Amino acid sequence: MDFDFAAEGPKFAMLLYGLVAFVVVVGGLLLILDGIPSLLARRRERRELALAAVGGAVALGPGRRRNWEWLMAAGFLFPAGLLLLIGVVIPAIRTLLLSFMDGGSTAWVGLKNYSWLFSQSETLITLRNTLIWVVLVPLVATTVGLVYAVLVDRARFEAVAKSLIFMPMAISFVGASIIWKFVYAYRPEGAEQIGLLNQIWVWFGGEPKQWLLEQGAALNTVLLLIVMIWIQAGFAMVVLSAAIKAIPADIVEAARLDGVNAWQMFWRVTLPSIRPALIVVVVTISISTLKVFDIVRTMTNGNYDTGVVASEMYNQAFRYGQTGQGSALAVFLFILVVPIVIFQIRNLRKQRES
Amino acid sequence: MTTTTPVATAGAAVSADSPRTAVGRVRKRLNSPIATAASIVIAVVWTIPTFGLLVSSFRPERQIKGNGWWNAFTDPQFTLQNYQDVLFGRSSSSGQLASYFINSLVITIPSVLFPLAFCSLAAYALAWMNFKGRDWIYISIFALQIVPLQMALVPLLSFFSRGVTLGGITLLPAWGLTGSEKYIQVWFAHTCFALPLGVFLLHNFVSQLPKDLFEAARVDGASHPRIFRTIVLPLITPSLAAFGIFQFLWVWNDLLVALIFAGGTKETAPLTVRLAELAGTRGNEWQRLTSGAFVSIVVPLIVFLSLQRYFVRGLLAGSVKG
Repeated sequence: MDFDFAAEGPKFAMLLYGLVAFVVVVGGLLLILDGIPSLLARRRERRELALAAVGGAVALGPGRRRNWEWLMAAGFLFPAGLLLLIGVVIPAIRTLLLSFMDGGSTAWVGLKNYSWLFSQSETLITLRNTLIWVVLVPLVATTVGLVYAVLVDRARFEAVAKSLIFMPMAISFVGASIIWKFVYAYRPEGAEQIGLLNQIWVWFGGEPKQWLLEQGAALNTVLLLIVMIWIQAGFAMVVLSAAIKAIPADIVEAARLDGVNAWQMFWRVTLPSIRPALIVVVVTISISTLKVFDIVRTMTNGNYDTGVVASEMYNQAFRYGQTGQGSALAVFLFILVVPIVIFQIRNLRKQRES
Repeated sequence: MTTTTPVATAGAAVSADSPRTAVGRVRKRLNSPIATAASIVIAVVWTIPTFGLLVSSFRPERQIKGNGWWNAFTDPQFTLQNYQDVLFGRSSSSGQLASYFINSLVITIPSVLFPLAFCSLAAYALAWMNFKGRDWIYISIFALQIVPLQMALVPLLSFFSRGVTLGGITLLPAWGLTGSEKYIQVWFAHTCFALPLGVFLLHNFVSQLPKDLFEAARVDGASHPRIFRTIVLPLITPSLAAFGIFQFLWVWNDLLVALIFAGGTKETAPLTVRLAELAGTRGNEWQRLTSGAFVSIVVPLIVFLSLQRYFVRGLLAGSVKG
C-alpha cells in the first residue's frame, strides 16, 4: 500500500477546526441568547426598584416584553440572515450588474451581452439544447415515474421494486454520467464492443457509432438527457406513488362498483386525484433540468453542440474569463426559472382556496 | 405558503408497506401479467447500467477493455486490483482517490452541520416568535429559493479572492485562503446555498408543532433558547434527519460549487471533481473510471438505503433546490 496517511494530516486538522468553529458559533450564540433574558430582567428589576424608590409604583406592562422578543428573534435569525445576504442576495444583485459590463468587468456595455446571447450560432444551439432538455426531461421522467408507480402499487415486491428505480437519486450526476458513458462506449467496427448500446446496435446489424459525437437531430443531446431522466424518474415515482396511496379508498371502491376497468380507473380516478402532485413533480424536475451542469460537463464538456445554458455559463465565466457574458447567462437562467415558480405558487394558492 | 400537497401524503408513503386496506384489495385485482411484465422491464432498464458498471469494476483491465461486461458471466474473472490502483496508486494517472475521498468527507460534514443549525434556529424564530415583519422575512427567504446558485458564483468567488471594495475603498480584505484552507470557502458557499430550502423545509415542520406546548413552556417561564433546545430540537429530529440527508447527498454529489471554490488539486478537491477530470482526460481507462465511480457512489448509497424513509419524507415536503 502506497498511501501516505501523514500527508492527509492538514485535512483532518481543518475538519477539526471546522467542527470547533461549529460548536463555538452555535453554542456561543445560544449562550448569548440565554443571557439576554436574565440581563434584561435584571435591568428591568433595577428600574422598577428605582421607580419604587421614587414612589411612582407604575409597573412596566407586558408591552415592554415584546421589545426583547424582537431582539431575541434577531439573534435567532442572525446567522442565516447574514449568510443569505453575503452569499446570495448581494452576489445575485452584483451578477445582475456584471451582466451589463464587459468581460473584465471594467466598462459598461449595456445590453451587448444579451444581444450576444441571442445572435451567435453557438449560443443559439445552447438555447436550443436547453429547450430540448426542459421539454423532454420532465415529460419523460414524469411519465415513466407515474407508469411505474401505478404498476407496482400494492404489488408483492413493491418496496424493492421502488428502491431500484429510486436508487439513481443517490448517485451523483458525475457518477451517473460515467455509468452512461460506459453504456455509450465505442469500439471500432470488428472489435468487440464494450458499451451496451453499441453491442445491441451491432446485434441488430448496425455499425458501431460514436454516439456522443452524433450531432444529427441533436441525438447526442438526447443521449445526455437520458441520464437526467434516469435520475429524475425515481423522484417522480416516489412523490406520485405517495399521492396515489392517498386517494381515498371510497372513491376507488365506488368506481369499482360502477364497473370501470383499469384503464378508465387510471384516466378518470387516479390522474385527476393526483393532479396537484403531478404539477409539483413536473415543476421541480423542470427547474433542476434548467440548471443541469454536471452531466454535460462530465460527458462532453459542452463540445459537439451539446452545451446548455448552465454549462455555457460556467465556461464563459470561469474558463474564458468572460464575466459579462457568463453573468448574462446566469441572469437568463434566473429569468427562465421565475415563470415556472410563479406558476407553482399560483397553483398552490388556488388549491388552498378550493 | 407552508405546505405543498404531497406533504399531506407523507404519512402514506412511510406506511407504504402496511397491508391490505380497502384500496389495496381493489387494486390487487388490477395487477395483470402485462403490468407485471412492464414493471419488470422498466426495473431492468433502470438497473442494468449501474449493474454493468459494478461488474466491470471487478474485472481485470485487459478484460474490461477487451470485451463487454456481459461476458463476465461466461468467463468469470474477478479482481480487486482496480480498486487498489484507483484508491491508493501512486502515479498521478491512477486516480489517488483515497485522498479525494477524504476531501469529500471534510467538505461534507461541516457543510451539513452548519445549515442544520442555522436553519433550525431561523425556522423556530419565524414560526414561534412574535415580531414585526416576521411574515415578510419568511416570504423573502422562501422566495430566495428561486435564485439559481449560478447567480451567486462569480461575485462570491471574487469576494473570497479579492475582498470587497467600493469606490476604491477596501471594505473587506481578500480572504487569501491557500491549500487546505480552501475548505472554508466551500463550507461557506454550501451553507449559504442551503439556507433558503432548509429554512423553508424546517419551518414546515416546526410550525406544525402543537401550540399548547409553547404556551405551557412560556407560562413556566422558559426562555426562547431554552424552549428551542429542550422542546423543539428533540421533536424535530426526524425532520432534521430528512434535511440532513438531503444536504448530505447534495454536497457529496455536487460538482459545480466544488469546481469553483475548492480548486482542482489533491489538497481540497472532492471525488466528483476528480472523477469528472478522469472522465475527461482518461476517458478510455475504464478500469479506473468504473471502480472510481463506484467509490464515489458507495457512501451516498449506504446513507440513502439505510435512511431512505427520512429522505422520502424530505422529498415529499416539496422541495426546489436552488
